[in-house]
Amino acid sequence: MEAYLDNSATTQVSESVVEIIERTMREDYGNPSSRHQKGVDAEKYLRRAKEQIAETLRVTPGEIYFTSGGTESDNWALVGAALANKRSGNHIITTAVEHSAVLQPLSMLEELGFRVTHLPVSPFGHIDPEDLKQALCDETILISIMYVNNEIGAVEPIGQAGKIIAEYNRTHGRQILFHTDAIQAYGKYRIWPKKLGIDMLSVSGHKIHGPKGSGFLYIRGKTKIKPIIYGGGQQGGMRSGTDNVPGAAGLGQAAEEAYTDFDQKVGGMLDCRRRLIAGLKEMEGTHLNSEEDETLGAPHIVNCSFEGIRSEVLLHALEEKGIYVSSGSACTSNKKIPVSSVLQEIHLRKDLREAAIRFSFSSRTSPDEIDYALEALRELLPVLRRYSRR
Amino acid sequence: MVFRSFLLKYGEIGIKGKNRGQFEDALVSQVRHALSRVEGEFDIHKEQGRIYADALGDDDSFDPDEVIAALQNVFGLVGICQVMKVPVEDPDAIAEDAIRYIAEVYGMVPVENPEEGSSEGVPAEPDAITFKVHTRRANKHYPVSSMELDAEVGAKLLDAFPGKMKVDVHNPSVMIHIEVREEVFIYSKIIPGPGGMPVGTNGKAQLLLSGGIDSPVAGWMIAKRGVSLDATYFHAPPYTSERAKQKVIDLAKLVARYSGPIRLHVVNFTDIQLAIYEKCPHDELTIIMRRYMMRIAEYFAGQDGSQALITGESIGQVASQTIQSLVCTDDAATIPVFRPLIGFDKQDIIDLSLKIGTYETSIQPFEDCCTIFVAKHPVTKPRLDIIRKSEEKLSDIIDGLMEATLNNTETIVIR
Repeated sequence: MEAYLDNSATTQVSESVVEIIERTMREDYGNPSSRHQKGVDAEKYLRRAKEQIAETLRVTPGEIYFTSGGTESDNWALVGAALANKRSGNHIITTAVEHSAVLQPLSMLEELGFRVTHLPVSPFGHIDPEDLKQALCDETILISIMYVNNEIGAVEPIGQAGKIIAEYNRTHGRQILFHTDAIQAYGKYRIWPKKLGIDMLSVSGHKIHGPKGSGFLYIRGKTKIKPIIYGGGQQGGMRSGTDNVPGAAGLGQAAEEAYTDFDQKVGGMLDCRRRLIAGLKEMEGTHLNSEEDETLGAPHIVNCSFEGIRSEVLLHALEEKGIYVSSGSACTSNKKIPVSSVLQEIHLRKDLREAAIRFSFSSRTSPDEIDYALEALRELLPVLRRYSRR
Repeated sequence: MVFRSFLLKYGEIGIKGKNRGQFEDALVSQVRHALSRVEGEFDIHKEQGRIYADALGDDDSFDPDEVIAALQNVFGLVGICQVMKVPVEDPDAIAEDAIRYIAEVYGMVPVENPEEGSSEGVPAEPDAITFKVHTRRANKHYPVSSMELDAEVGAKLLDAFPGKMKVDVHNPSVMIHIEVREEVFIYSKIIPGPGGMPVGTNGKAQLLLSGGIDSPVAGWMIAKRGVSLDATYFHAPPYTSERAKQKVIDLAKLVARYSGPIRLHVVNFTDIQLAIYEKCPHDELTIIMRRYMMRIAEYFAGQDGSQALITGESIGQVASQTIQSLVCTDDAATIPVFRPLIGFDKQDIIDLSLKIGTYETSIQPFEDCCTIFVAKHPVTKPRLDIIRKSEEKLSDIIDGLMEATLNNTETIVIR
């Protein structure tokens, strides 16, 4: 038996996504920028995909821009918005637990003279909205807060943050932009940017059974943002480069599917989560790093430390049984490699940081897979602990 | 104009008396192997103490830089010269060829049909090339002596590049070699080869290869002395990952560029390691583990026809490489153990690994089987009698474990 419990790393591409991609490659392979019929046929896929995505967010198709994936979406939102709004100020607020795709462009912006505030988080990875209020100032131009944390599944208070920012903008006559990295949240939550006060939202295709190399950035109409990729003027000049028709078509299809039978799908993930957490709690020496409360922890991510067993070892031992998970931290041993910064930010003990495993599900994960993984853990933990480093 | 011939010089093997032919054949075959990997076809032949590689296709069929880079990996070569090859002619014609050669290689424009002696009295410019012509007349039938040819060609060069060239017989910046053989070879640049002896002329040894910096360098050093290599790698799933194994395969490939094909034995060492861990004192783990590694590597040495083991140890680098520890590991092997890095500082080893191109791969961060069960305070001065005694604690299970491990080994041929 196999149990793929690493869906936050990537997911299996859905059959209908493969079908539409194949069609864009075999039949409708034209370049949407071409004036002839082949181009027109290809362009239809882009339009359709934008509609499919826009519908899931309750926004207009013109506010969806295709990118090469989550990393580009995050980079564009941050760098593009910072550069376009630098006359209004130079202060950016984010959290301490963002993905590198947010943290790295921000440190590049720091080199360019921007000031970045990183909001601290609670032991389960949540920011305190009060901290956000305190951090806002006259110079603030941009705020970026992830929707769901990729390592421990913490759900950040996006709605509250949106309200705080809107209120500040109204009372101070400002136009601070609000970006959220929703890469781990899209398809797991109904996200309506207009209602939540989100100006920009990043999504990746391959986390929702779409193809790798696909993604989009939602940009609310009239948001001040500059392109970061220049060239032939595709996508209204906002994101140049020959349109990735297969990627966009696959992404559109995947987005529509993610929100079809949505409650049932999320329910399935929650079942897996409950089952896994219950099983883990019965075992000795387990330490749950994800919030059990389902309003604060995402339905598809469970992070757990197994005392006395380094994550890398457990990962490979599970792998031998066909169970695929992620180690919460990079391989460490005696080498000087930084462990996961998220686990550091939640002030997890060093030995537990080095023993963290992330299990992540999709709507396709079955309870049987969870049971199989639990069974394997019950068998492996005592064996591996016997040989842990003394 | 592309010079299509490469003259390959070799050193030590030139003095090997009766064995010389055999050494030369080995070198030719290594050159052939190295050039089989580059673009183009080459005629490789030996002739009067030299090896020549002539490109067979047209000028675009090969890239001289690529050829030279490949030849720089061939142990036994001390010099690589890209030469201009012209027919045997009278001194005037040879001088014309030398002018064309200099014009091409040093990017200078010669004066057309200069009058003889026209450069006399022309002062040398400050950046003039100082040179000397050095003729070798292997073809003794050639009617003009070496000295005469030197003078003739030198004078013609001065006239062709007035002010741009200056004779300096003591310390020339450019030595223009003219070799009169069945044909005439003109060259001035000798690119150093790696030296050493052709692989395959000095038997075979088994390298204990890990993912670290040292062992690939140790293998390279022994291969440089003409020794063919095979290798043993120990991995310990699930404690080490598939990627760690891939890293070692990558390292073996890099070493194989120099040494030729390597049989890599990938030993699943987990069960033996766990047994040592359970039964033996923890501060002796690494030493005992290394003793079993020696035994296993020796087993594969026997299988492959290798007569010695090679390790990357250097005195005092870690606890298991103190002189006392080395005595204990050495004791487990019955065939000679070569430790070419024994007196090297870490930085020296790193410099070599950078030079041979293994460093970047070696520093990839994957865990090695040596590091997973390290004791907090390993013994640094183990006593052989005590280690042997500790090992006896394994006596009831070790034979079975060894047999299972040896049978469970995967062998990959790395080319």
